[in-house]
Amino acid sequence: MDRFSWQSARSPTEAATLGNTTVAEAMLADPALSAAADCVVLKAGGIDLLDLMKEGLLRPGRVVNLRGIPGLDSIAEDAGGLRIGALATLEQVATHPTLRQRYTALADAAESSASPQIRHVATLGGNLLQRPRCWYFRSAAHRCARKGGEYCFAFTGENRYHAVFGHDDCAIVHPSTSATALVAFGAHVELTNAQGSLRTVPLSDFMVGPAVDIMRETDLRSGEVLTAVVLPSMPASTRSAFLKQAEKPSFDWSIADVAVVLDRAADGRCQHASIVLGAAAPVPWRVPHAEAALVGQTIDATVAHAAGQAAIAGAAPLRHNAYKLPILATLVRRAVLQAAA
Amino acid sequence: MSGDNLRSEKFPVGIASVGLAEIERRIPPDEPPPLPVNSALQVIGKSTRRQDGRAKVTGAVRYTVDIKLPGLLHARVLRSSLPHARVQAVDTAAAARQPGVRAVLVIAPRDAIVRYVGAPVVAIAATTPAAAEAALRQVRIDYATLPFVVDLDTARRPNAPLVYQAGEQPSLAIAEIPVASGLPLTGNVRGPETQGSRGNIDQGFAQAEMLVESDYRTQTQTHCCMEPHAIVADWRPDGLTVWISTQFTAGVRHELAQTFGLKLNQVRVKVAAMGGGFGSKSQLGSYGQYAVMLSRQAGAPVRLVLDRAEEHLDSGNRPATSQHLRIGAQRDGTLTAISLVEYGTAGVGVGAGVGNFAQALYTCPNFSSAQNDVFINAGRGSAMRGPGNTPGAFAMEQAMDELADKLGLDPLTLRDRNDRSPVRREERRLGAARIGWDRRHAPGADPGPIKRGIGMAQSLWGANVQTNAACEVRLLRDGSVEVLSSVQDLGTGVATVLAQVVAEEFGLQPSDITVRIGDTDFPAGPPSYGSRTTASVTPPARSAAWQVKQMLFRQVAPTFGVAPEQLVVGNGQVGVRNDPTRAMSLRAAAAGLRTDQLSVVASRSDDYGGFRRRMSDAALAQTDLGGVQFAAVAVDTETGAIHVERVVAVQDCGRPINPKLIESQVQGGVLMGISYALLEERVIDQHTGHVMNADMEQYKLVGVRETPSIDVVVLENYQGQSATDAYGIAEPANIATAPAIANAVFNAIGVRLRSLPMTPAVVLAALGSVPQGS
Ligand SMILES: Cc1cc2nc3c(=O)[nH]c(=O)nc-3n(C[C@H](O)[C@H](O)[C@H](O)COP(=O)(O)OP(=O)(O)OC[C@H]3O[C@@H](n4cnc5c(N)ncnc54)[C@H](O)[C@@H]3O)c2cc1C
Ligand code: SF4
Repeated sequence: MDRFSWQSARSPTEAATLGNTTVAEAMLADPALSAAADCVVLKAGGIDLLDLMKEGLLRPGRVVNLRGIPGLDSIAEDAGGLRIGALATLEQVATHPTLRQRYTALADAAESSASPQIRHVATLGGNLLQRPRCWYFRSAAHRCARKGGEYCFAFTGENRYHAVFGHDDCAIVHPSTSATALVAFGAHVELTNAQGSLRTVPLSDFMVGPAVDIMRETDLRSGEVLTAVVLPSMPASTRSAFLKQAEKPSFDWSIADVAVVLDRAADGRCQHASIVLGAAAPVPWRVPHAEAALVGQTIDATVAHAAGQAAIAGAAPLRHNAYKLPILATLVRRAVLQAAA
Repeated sequence: MSGDNLRSEKFPVGIASVGLAEIERRIPPDEPPPLPVNSALQVIGKSTRRQDGRAKVTGAVRYTVDIKLPGLLHARVLRSSLPHARVQAVDTAAAARQPGVRAVLVIAPRDAIVRYVGAPVVAIAATTPAAAEAALRQVRIDYATLPFVVDLDTARRPNAPLVYQAGEQPSLAIAEIPVASGLPLTGNVRGPETQGSRGNIDQGFAQAEMLVESDYRTQTQTHCCMEPHAIVADWRPDGLTVWISTQFTAGVRHELAQTFGLKLNQVRVKVAAMGGGFGSKSQLGSYGQYAVMLSRQAGAPVRLVLDRAEEHLDSGNRPATSQHLRIGAQRDGTLTAISLVEYGTAGVGVGAGVGNFAQALYTCPNFSSAQNDVFINAGRGSAMRGPGNTPGAFAMEQAMDELADKLGLDPLTLRDRNDRSPVRREERRLGAARIGWDRRHAPGADPGPIKRGIGMAQSLWGANVQTNAACEVRLLRDGSVEVLSSVQDLGTGVATVLAQVVAEEFGLQPSDITVRIGDTDFPAGPPSYGSRTTASVTPPARSAAWQVKQMLFRQVAPTFGVAPEQLVVGNGQVGVRNDPTRAMSLRAAAAGLRTDQLSVVASRSDDYGGFRRRMSDAALAQTDLGGVQFAAVAVDTETGAIHVERVVAVQDCGRPINPKLIESQVQGGVLMGISYALLEERVIDQHTGHVMNADMEQYKLVGVRETPSIDVVVLENYQGQSATDAYGIAEPANIATAPAIANAVFNAIGVRLRSLPMTPAVVLAALGSVPQGS
């Protein structure tokens, strides 16, 4: 790892003023040029940032620590919904009583991520902004399309962990497990710039697929700090469930995950459903056909099964990852039944 | 064993849970009298906490990476990012001028060929690791790329790119794995090695009434030692001192003396605490040589520690295999023929065979084997916990399970019919009772998506002994006792075992004994590979202790006014046999010694009943180490996830000396086996030749939630073969796990998985649930 200098920001606006480049931009800068060394990047928990630096994929001149900014890690009720400070750790999200009760899928998603050690350090903001885990992307020896190179190694290479949906020219899966649940709840992200003005965007719009821009996963702009994730208020009758499948239960990434949010009328019929697939596409992948299979129905095994099948319709698996489809269909079916139970 | 002065002694023999008998053996005069069975002993056979346990869990213990010397330099290695290339030019001039650089070593000069990603090219020693790395970035190499091949199947094709051109040969030397020389090389295939074939295979199959025939595949597994390979080399005009994380201090000393033209007494090898080796630290290794060369060049000590990626790329691995197995049997299960054709790959190295497992486990008159090494452009294989037999067992024990299923026989009955070993027979009985074998249902019988099953598999491993193994025991005038040997503790707790053996002989507690090991200034101990440490070093330790005790008795006998033979030890006292009133503390007795210390160096005698085979410094005991494991699994047929719920491991290691440490070895072996069965796999990109998961994140290792309840049952098996009658345990415990799980999966879902690792993708494909990919 190269030398870098370190600075602690005291406020979001100070951080926004100092941070002159997003990590996505900094990684495209040619390290041979002095411009790379002038990059000033933001650090929350530092889990992803340090990984990138150790691999030699990112060589910032300065790192600005956000952890000292007061209040940025609080979780609070907000207009009936909930406002989660960007610096709240995954552990806080996993154990917060209101989240556990009213946004169960999110708490479960956070709890299923990484390892206890990492969850105590990793922040929700950093989790949403982490870069993908595609092993070609993470290898300094492979200059793939997402790093400004010419092609995607995954399409013809080792793609067992890659996307089965939405892979235009790049087949990453979005690495954030919590994002699957956040999108299912219709969460927004709140961004603050150097002037202190706020930009609030639905998370589903904030996350961008390769068709929009192959070289970044979010619409974070330089000079912006992610300050909060805002969950809308939900009717009391809302139920949610999150299920994750990995190759092993401890300390592993999803090969498939699913978040389901349901609202049922007094007669038991489903009046709203939101179903999102994780580890399936470059962004959290909402499956409207599966949602449609539930709306207006009384949920039972048959309906849940139909939703599972609808969820994988139109998938385009690569050479080594079609096995994800039966898993995704199963998780959707099980999560629907669990939410409706 | 020759000489008339052998004496006769009666030894306990047999398996304790079956019944014991006595056998008379003729043993050399300096060997101690027979050790009674464990139930009659004070310290041996009792669980004792490892001496360094506290230091380890509190972080106080020092590893090789913690060695600090004045003026220490740090080395890093530049490695090839191409899988196959000819070096056209190496320019290190700019690198050598970098601040802090003290020595530059060109490993792959002009015209050298690099054959895998991660092959070493240049090493630099500098005042800090960062300076060494910065300097390496200034090295300019011109490569001419060559065509490459990184997978076993492609490499076997007639027009595959050649890893070695005609006339080029890989080096054959490899610790722990016997490699036949003079085998033909055709394309990338070296072999076949047909050793062990017997009988008439065609006749055998003609007699068969039932056949099973299949292909099995096993993956490349890497060692993933928690502690990386590490060395500190200090070259001085008067000799070389090396601290190295090694499984064989004495062997590394020989290698260093030979490589660098030094006398043995000019080379000292030391090892601090170790965090695992599993076969990957059996030799000096090329990285070790670089460190010494850099130290010689710089005139300063040099530290070289591999990073995690280097561990995966260039520190050895368990070779991948493809095995075609055909077994013929009569209706009653009697085997008539076994034929094995194997192609394995140890990357650019040799030794990818599957050992003698299929050949030796079962009595079968007709056996044929053809094993081949296939070269690919990947890092060299090496020994890894139960080399050969571990992938071999995955195929053979599934084939036996399949045969039992087809014949409508209980898999245990099929083993009873063909396995001569009384040890495994007893192990099957004990294990079946523990796991609840009688509850086992027909394959795939559970309703619902989660299906449970029970399976079993057997293991076979040679009982290795290093005959070139010595140990010194000293009794000091203050009554303190020391044990000294160059033997190393790679994490198994051998120091504690030595303390137990010597404590027993002196009537002391293990905590009374100081054990000094891991230094070639002490008598040369055995290597810690081939599961031979305990078998090789505890007999001389007991022998030396017994001889020191005899010397003590002779010196203090006059004080008691009895003959030395009348004296005994116990509870820290020396006294007269059968007269509790006449005793003094060992400390008081030692105070009367004529010299400051009594010392005896003893070496490993031959097994009293003789060896089966001898190989220069080592030998194979008469009987093998048997093991039987049972696994209970739950398979989610909708997600393909296999959960191992329980493993019962019944293992034999002769006389158990420390049940606690043995259990922990067996648990480790089982965990590594589960990891091998379900998770681990080195993944190489076909198009670039790079290992995509040279880390511990995408290279998946068993973790806490995948750890089942592991029930360890250790036999007490006496054979009257040495002063301690103890054999090894670490490797045997790893061999049967994967096939036991695979057989349990078959019992759960009624479908057989014949390739490793058994990931959800593999399970779902076998169940026919995966749509065709695009
Ligand atoms: C072995 C392992 C397993 C893992 N498993 C999982 C898993 O199962 N599921 C999962 O979701 N994740 C997993 N992770 C990823 C881990 O959760 C993320 O790396 C972590 O959440 C990142 O958070 P952080 O606070 O450390 O971010 P940092 O590393 O500090 O930052 C990440 C990125 O976000 C930017 N950034 C951070 N905060 C802000 C902000 N407030 N405003 C603007 N920019 C910001 C940084 O500049 C950087 O680019 C795993 C990681 C490891 C190492
Ligand atoms: S999937 Fe995306 S990140 Fe991975 S190699 Fe292809 S372009 Fe690069």
